[in-house]
Formats: sequence, structure tokens, C-alpha cells
Amino acid sequence: MNLPDDTIAAISTPIGQGGIGIVRLSGPEAVAIAGKIFAPAGKRKLSSARSFTVLYGRVVDPAGRQEIDEALVTLMRGPRSYTREDVVEINCHGGMVAVRRVLDTALSAGARLAEPGEFTKRAFLNGRISLAQAEAVMDLISARTEESMRIAGEQLRGRLSGELGRLRESLVGLCANVEAHIDFPEEEIEPETIAEIAVRIAAVKADLERLSKTFDEARFFREGLSVAIVGRPNVGKSSLLNALLKRDRAIVTEVPGTTRDTIEEYLNIEGLPVRIVDTAGIRHTDEAVEREGIRRSLDALDAADYAVVVLDGSEPLREEDLELLKRVRERTAVIAINKSDLKQRISREEPVFQGKDLIGISAARGEGIEELKSVLLQANLRDWKEEREGPVVTNIRHKQALDKSAAALGRAAGVLASAGHLELLAIELREAADSLGEITGAITTDEILNRIFADFCIGK
Amino acid sequence: MGTLKKYDVLVIGGGHAGCEAALASARMGLSTCLFTMNLDTIAQMSCNPAIGGLAKGHLVREIDALGGEMAKVTDRAGIQFRMLNKSKGPAVWSLRAQADRVLYRLAMRSVIEDQENLDIKQATIEEILAGGGNIKGVRTSLGAVYEALCVIVTTGTFLKGLMHVGQESFEAGRAGEFPSVGLSGSLAGLGLRLGRLKTGTPPRLDARTIDFSKTDPQQGDDPPVPFSYSTTTIENPQLPCFITYTNSETHRIIRENIGLSAMYSGKIKGIGPRYCPSIEDKVVRFFDRDRHQVFLEPEGLRTKEYYANGISTSLPFEVQVDLVRTIPGLEQAEIMRPAYAIEYDFVFPTQLRHSLETKATGGLFLAGQINGTSGYEEAAAQGLMAGINAALKIKGRGPLVLGRHEAYIGVLIDDLVTKGTNEPYRMFTSRAEYRLLLRHDNADMRLMEKGREIGLLGGEAYCRFVEKREKVGAEMRRLRSSRLKPEAINGALRDLGTSPVSEDISLEQLLKRPEVSYALIRGHAPSVAELGQEIEQQVEIQVKYEGYIARQVEMAERLKKLEGKQIPEDIDYRALPGISKEILSKLEEIRPANIGQAGRIQGMTPAALSLIMVAVGKRKKTS
Repeated sequence: MNLPDDTIAAISTPIGQGGIGIVRLSGPEAVAIAGKIFAPAGKRKLSSARSFTVLYGRVVDPAGRQEIDEALVTLMRGPRSYTREDVVEINCHGGMVAVRRVLDTALSAGARLAEPGEFTKRAFLNGRISLAQAEAVMDLISARTEESMRIAGEQLRGRLSGELGRLRESLVGLCANVEAHIDFPEEEIEPETIAEIAVRIAAVKADLERLSKTFDEARFFREGLSVAIVGRPNVGKSSLLNALLKRDRAIVTEVPGTTRDTIEEYLNIEGLPVRIVDTAGIRHTDEAVEREGIRRSLDALDAADYAVVVLDGSEPLREEDLELLKRVRERTAVIAINKSDLKQRISREEPVFQGKDLIGISAARGEGIEELKSVLLQANLRDWKEEREGPVVTNIRHKQALDKSAAALGRAAGVLASAGHLELLAIELREAADSLGEITGAITTDEILNRIFADFCIGK
Repeated sequence: MGTLKKYDVLVIGGGHAGCEAALASARMGLSTCLFTMNLDTIAQMSCNPAIGGLAKGHLVREIDALGGEMAKVTDRAGIQFRMLNKSKGPAVWSLRAQADRVLYRLAMRSVIEDQENLDIKQATIEEILAGGGNIKGVRTSLGAVYEALCVIVTTGTFLKGLMHVGQESFEAGRAGEFPSVGLSGSLAGLGLRLGRLKTGTPPRLDARTIDFSKTDPQQGDDPPVPFSYSTTTIENPQLPCFITYTNSETHRIIRENIGLSAMYSGKIKGIGPRYCPSIEDKVVRFFDRDRHQVFLEPEGLRTKEYYANGISTSLPFEVQVDLVRTIPGLEQAEIMRPAYAIEYDFVFPTQLRHSLETKATGGLFLAGQINGTSGYEEAAAQGLMAGINAALKIKGRGPLVLGRHEAYIGVLIDDLVTKGTNEPYRMFTSRAEYRLLLRHDNADMRLMEKGREIGLLGGEAYCRFVEKREKVGAEMRRLRSSRLKPEAINGALRDLGTSPVSEDISLEQLLKRPEVSYALIRGHAPSVAELGQEIEQQVEIQVKYEGYIARQVEMAERLKKLEGKQIPEDIDYRALPGISKEILSKLEEIRPANIGQAGRIQGMTPAALSLIMVAVGKRKKTS
């Protein structure tokens, strides 16, 4: 375990974005190190500045006294800081090169380059944030695009926490109700009927399941929607890929170790990260290497969330096209009829197109590309957009805890349905509470007892 | 005055904790002396005349299984026995007995007087003598000094006891008894941190002035089930309790006089138990309730005194009279003893080890209400464990520490030393994570082997247990291996409204069905040997609960693993970076024995726990 006994520094703004860059320092030496490289314009020295103050001045190289950049420096003394350690943030402008030089200067003055997520780790280790928050921050750090940022940000701001807190309260209430009947059989506790308890259990279970489902729905915001571009050779797949990437290219990754026949590219459509898999052309062949490439293309197609089937509009449909269309019949796909600038020899009324979106494009001229993107977005976001007013689960650990909790409630409902004993119901309810407690903080016996004494007049 | 006599173990206090402590120590072969301020109130039941109830009944069974006395004495003094929660499953059944207060006291005193190695003396202990971190002995108010290797303090509510009735207050240990004033200071002088708690009792009424026809009688079970595994029959005649209710007039009187209540006028500083609130508390907090139950419990066979359970109060005496007389059946009632609240000193129990020995002074043990608990059963359980562990210490053996998965006693002591308490601590079954394992019916299976091993449980009780265990085992094997043909059982299954079978079915599978009871097995495929109800019930419980029991056993195994990760006693928590002040101060006081216990400390974070694990691991590597 990395123990926070040194001072770390890192650039805390995204690389290559925005006009301002922030270099953040955290640790016992943060103020001292910043003091070495920062010359305030006023009389007040950084070391004597109060917490939560901003000083204006210049960042200088401590060795050469050479000015590096103009900067605003914010001071947050521990424990009232993000990491609960002393934190100094140096806001500089002037783009990446300057920000990098500020960081280098800080490192040469005694700071250590932070590992990814290390500020958050310290915040967590120092008890500043909960594990759930820490994980949300980690997701925030690795969030690829704006939409993921929004989801992660909401989690941070507590929308998910609020929902989880509400569910937690419901479970504590259910446990308290059942436990009160077990531990205080002689009290005049308003008997809640089995039917009423069953209704409450079902309601909490439904809420847990709905929340858990948002994980799958939000998955492509975390991991990116995978889209396979398929078609027989020379229909224009690569041109389409290039056309798609022309303006939206964010990150280009050649995924190593997969295959030279499928290439992955990332693009960003209105905040939705899209991972495009360009596949080898699919056709009948006896050649062994090419056959292997085709097999991989079909695998990629099966694994993708969505498919773009590219056809050559200037030629009639071939047997290979038909086979491919048959393959995508049962799944979400759009059919892009390329080469719309040439004379069209494919009828839009072909029965194999039934139920699918059809778009004419010219990859070479860049025509129809925006329409294709919009179809892609619509097809994948239609349901999602309607529902995403509520909180979203973006962390796999949270999803698993929700599922475990819901499963325990399912068993609890089973105990009730089979007229099983109350103490067995209590076991399942406790397990549901314990599972949710893995995200929200443990539900203790004391908390349940508190609720019993608050809700019921106990006292023979 | 010089030393009068040397003992192995001294017990200060003759209540339920003190009696069990002294008996355990003496029975384990150590010379023991029990000091009490009044020989006539040994084993006095100072609150309600009842033993047991939910979770408390479990504790009594466990005391019995380890070789303690409370169950046997209750069986001799019991005048009503009821198995509570019979409508629920057997894991949460629990026995409660109304006891004749005088019979209880006398029965326990005769056991103590008959006990070898045990002296009893009337004396007020003013000072605990210690030196070099170890106990030396005690000094009485008359200046007599007794030396000992271990001292067990079980002073109940007597430490700086302060009684309240309305605006009146008196220094007292209990109604009509002197408090112990000097001992608190002596304990504080040994470095122990003390706090203040409060508890209360209701008025006692004269049966000749109660119209029982206006109340609902509540009879005990017939035949009564005894507490002790050694008791065969209950000899006493059995009496009913009576239930009546408060009403809006009662509540009006309480509201109008609330300012005169010692509780509400701010006179009382100690914290009272929420599960046993005063009637003024119930009326204020649950203002929408139009009535509260009052249980009229007989104090004994030869007395007219009745305990009015449910209206504990610290209102002035004349208000008590008025409010009692609004209650149906009590219109003419005369109060024989007024209700009162009492405040007393207690020692924050996080200063104790699991053995109940103080961390500050070797050989000094604390048990019972002094540790912040309430209830006779909780006190007796701690007294027993303190007595056992003092004896084991003198014999040079390791302490007997019961796990949370082994006994309610284990839950009780672990809660006290790990979480501490801010209100009088009472046991509830919901405090036990492994409730299905800690049943009242299997306390013998869980603990008798241990009771035997430490030399406390008598040979006769142990032999009966071994026989029972063998019979249960044999019957379980028979149920698994014997099968019935469909034609032999389908008629009976149809009669019970459960589905018939098409193939042979094992007796075990049959008994697993919720509709099938052991009686069906007995009727269709009886065991060769006569088993008796106790064994049949044990077998039935084990079969019916099997899946759930297996789950809890698995959970308990995981806990055991964590508890196996010992934390060295001298670990320096201050050297752990990034641990919050709050957790640090808890760790330094509680000094958890292992990672399992550390995880149960309130406010513990996974991060802090992993830091401790890292530190422990590091030490292991370097040493």
C-alpha cells in the first residue's frame, strides 16, 4: 500500500483541452514546494497565506529564477481540502507546454509525480470520501467523454447516493419491523400484515432492480458503444470510417494483439463514445488466411452493440450481401448504401431491408455521414434518453451489490409466500441490508434497534 | 489493620453477577470470598420478579450449559413458566419465568452456603488495593484488608447510587439500601473511566386492593418447561399474571405533572434504557397511543405484593397514586413501594478484555451492571465468565472467550468490550448475527463440552448431554438412510394437504417439508429406541433449518478466519499514517485482539482496517 508520507503533484486538467491548466500538489510539503517555485506579486508569502485564499504571481524556476508563467495559486490547508492534506493548486495559462513546465519545476523542487487517481486514493485513505465516492471519482478520471462526465458527476454530487440512501432507509425499516416482532412478542406492536410486508419488499426489490439495470444502459457511456462496420470487400468500409473520423477523431487506438484485420477507432458523437470496428471484407474464399480474417470479422460483428452494413449502391446485391443482411436481420443495424453519387442499382424496396434504417451515403464525398451518425445515436439512445433523468449506476461493484440485495429480497418474498418463519425472513432481509451496505456503509444492528425504538413503543 | 486472610479470588457484590462469579471460582477449586453489604439481600431481584424472556432466556440456558446456577435456582423459585414466540420458529423461542423473589434469594443463598471453598462476609469494600499494574486485595470500611490474586467487582447500581422520586432524591444502592460511595473513587484511581447511567422501577401494589376481575389473566404453560437441563420437574404451584391498560385519563395526569418527573425536570443526568422507558416517556414520545399495557406480576407465593410492569416512573409519590388509580382494576390500589429512578456509576466496558479483566490492572475483573448492562441474566452471564476467567488465570490457563457464533454470552461480551455502550445494555436476539445457530434448545450442544473442559459442569449433567448427543446423531443418520415407499406415506401426505410422492422418499426429505412434523415420522417409521420429546424436537429443528444453518455456519467460518488474524497487543496505532483521530482514539482504548474485532469497532473504515493489516503484516515479516 502506498502510504501518503510524501508530496505528490500532477496536471489535474485534461490534456490538450481548454486554455487553463492546473497543476495540483498534495502532501505535507505542498506549501513549501509551491513556495519555492511561486513568486507572489503582492507582499503576502504563500507560506503565511490563509487557507482558501488565492494569490496572484509568477511561477519561476527556483534554480535560474527564470519566469515560466503567470499564475493564480490557490491554497487549501488540510484537513479542509480534497485529500485532507495541504493542497496547492497552480492555475496557469498558456497551453500544454507551459503547464508541463510548471509541473516539471514542481517535481524538481521536491514533489513526486502522482500516480493516476492518487489524489482520490489519498482522499479516501484519509477518510475524506467514501469508497462509493472514490470509485465515482475514479470513473470520472477515466471518463472518456462529456456524457460519462455528466453521469459520474451526478454520482459525485449525490443523486445516486440519495437514491441509495432512500433504499437503505427502506431496508432498515423492513428489518426493524420484522426484528421488533421477533424480539418484543409481548408488546402491542401494530401488526403489519404479511401482505403489507410483501408489498414493501416487492417495492424495494423493484427499485433495486431498476437501479441495477441502469448499469447496462449506461455501459456504453462508460465503455463506449461498439459499432461494427461490415460489408464485402471494396464496398467502401474504409472510406466510410475515414469519413466518420474526419471531424470527430478523438483518440485513435490500434488495439494490439487482436488482429491486423480488424481495427478499432474511437469517435465521439455528441458525447457518446463510439468504438468503431472496421472489419475485413466478407466474401466466399478458399484462401486460408483470408478465411481466418473473415471469421474474425463475423466474430466482431456478433460482439458489437450495433452494426453498419455497407453495400455498394452502384452494383446489384450479391449473394454475399444477402448472407450478411440475413445475419443482421435479428439485431440492431443500419444499412448504408454507399456510392450514392453513382447510378443506383439497388432498390430500397428489397424485402431483406425490411425493418431496418436505410441511408444513402457517399463516403468519398462525405455525403449522408451526418445522417448516419444521427441514426446511430437515435437507435441507441432513444430509450436511454427518456429514462436518464434518474440516477445511473456506473460502477460494477455497485451493480453487483444491488443485484445481491435484490436476490436476497427475492428469497425473502419466497419465505413469505411459503408462510415460512419470521426469523428466516429476517435472515434474508439482513442479507439484503448487508449487501446494500457494501455501497452505502454498513447497516448495523444498532441502527436497526434505533429504528425499532423510534417506531415502536417498546417497554414492558 | 494488617491482612486478615488471603484468598485466591474475592468477589465484591452478592447480586446475580457476584453469585455466579463466586460459585464458578469456588467450583473450579479456588479459595473464594464473596463480600456483600447485606447478607439478607444476596441474589435479590431488585427489579421485576421474572427471569428470561427473548435472548435473556437464551443467556440463562447458556449459563446452565457452562455449569452456572441461575437456571437451577429459577426452576426452584419459578411460579410461572412461558415459552415466548411459540408462533414463530424454534430459533427464536425463548423461555421466561416469573419467580418468587424470596424463594429465589433463599435458594441461591443456600447453594452458596453449601459451596466448598466459598466464604461469604457482610462488608462494605471501600478500596481496591493494587500495585505495579496488578491487583493486591481489598480494604473494607472497617479497615480490614483481604489479599487475593484476583478481585471481581460486581456492584450493580450501588456505585454512588442516587435514587429519585419526583423532586426528592436520596443516596441509595436500591430502595432502602445504602449506596457504595468509596469504591467509585478507588476504581477511578486505578485509571478506569466512569460514566453515569439511569434505570427505573414501577410501583409495587397491594393485591388486596386490586380488582383482578377487571384485568385479563395470563396463565403460564402447562406443563411448565424448566430452564435447566438438569431439572426434571417444576415443583412450585403456578400463578397467573394479569394484564390491564392505561387510558387517556392516566395520560392526562402524566402530562399535567410531567414537570415534576425527575426524568423531565433535568434532575437526572444518567442515560436510561430506551427499551424500558418510563411511563412518562411513553406518553410523551408516543402521544398518539391511547393506551399502554400494564402487567401485574406476583412477587411471590406468600406475599400480596404485585409488580406493576409497564409503569416505571420517577413522578412524585402522590402523582403515582393518582395515575395508578385511573387504571382499570387499580381504582382502589394501594402502593406498597413507590416507583423510583436510580442513577449510578458504571465503568466504560471498552476498558476490559474479552475475559472481563481490566486492561489497566491485572487480576481485576468487572462483571454485571457496573459494565453498563441491565438485567439479571446479562449480569449473571458476565459474573460466570469473570469467575471462570479469574480461576483460569490463577491456574495459568488462557481465558475462555466465547465467539459471537457460539453463544449470546459471546455476543454480549464482544459488544461491550468492542462497541461499549451509552445506555444500559440489554441483550436482544437481533444483536446476534448467527441467530439460527444460537438457539435456546441447543445451548447444551454449543457449550457443555466447554463447561466440562474447564471443570465447571458436573459429571451427571455432562453424561446426560453425551447420551442426548448420541441419540440425536443416531436418529439423524436413521432419517437419512431410511426410506418410505409412496404407498406407505401418500395417504398421510394427502391428509396434510401436501403433494404425494411417486418414488421412495427418505425420512429426512419427508421431515424437510413444512407441513410434516416429527409426529408423522413417529407414526409411520418409528425409531426403535424411545427418543422422548427433547430429542425429537432437536432432530426436527436440525432437519428443517438445515439449509439456513449451513449458510450461517459458512458465515461464522469466515468470521473465525478474521478472528484468527491476531493483532499484537503493543501495536503502535499512532505510527499508522492516515488514520483519523476518532478511529485512533478508539483503537487505542479498545486495543482489538484481532482483525475481526477491529472490523466491528464503530466508525472503522475499510481503509483503516487495511492499514492495520498492513502494519501487522509488516511486523510479522520483520520479526
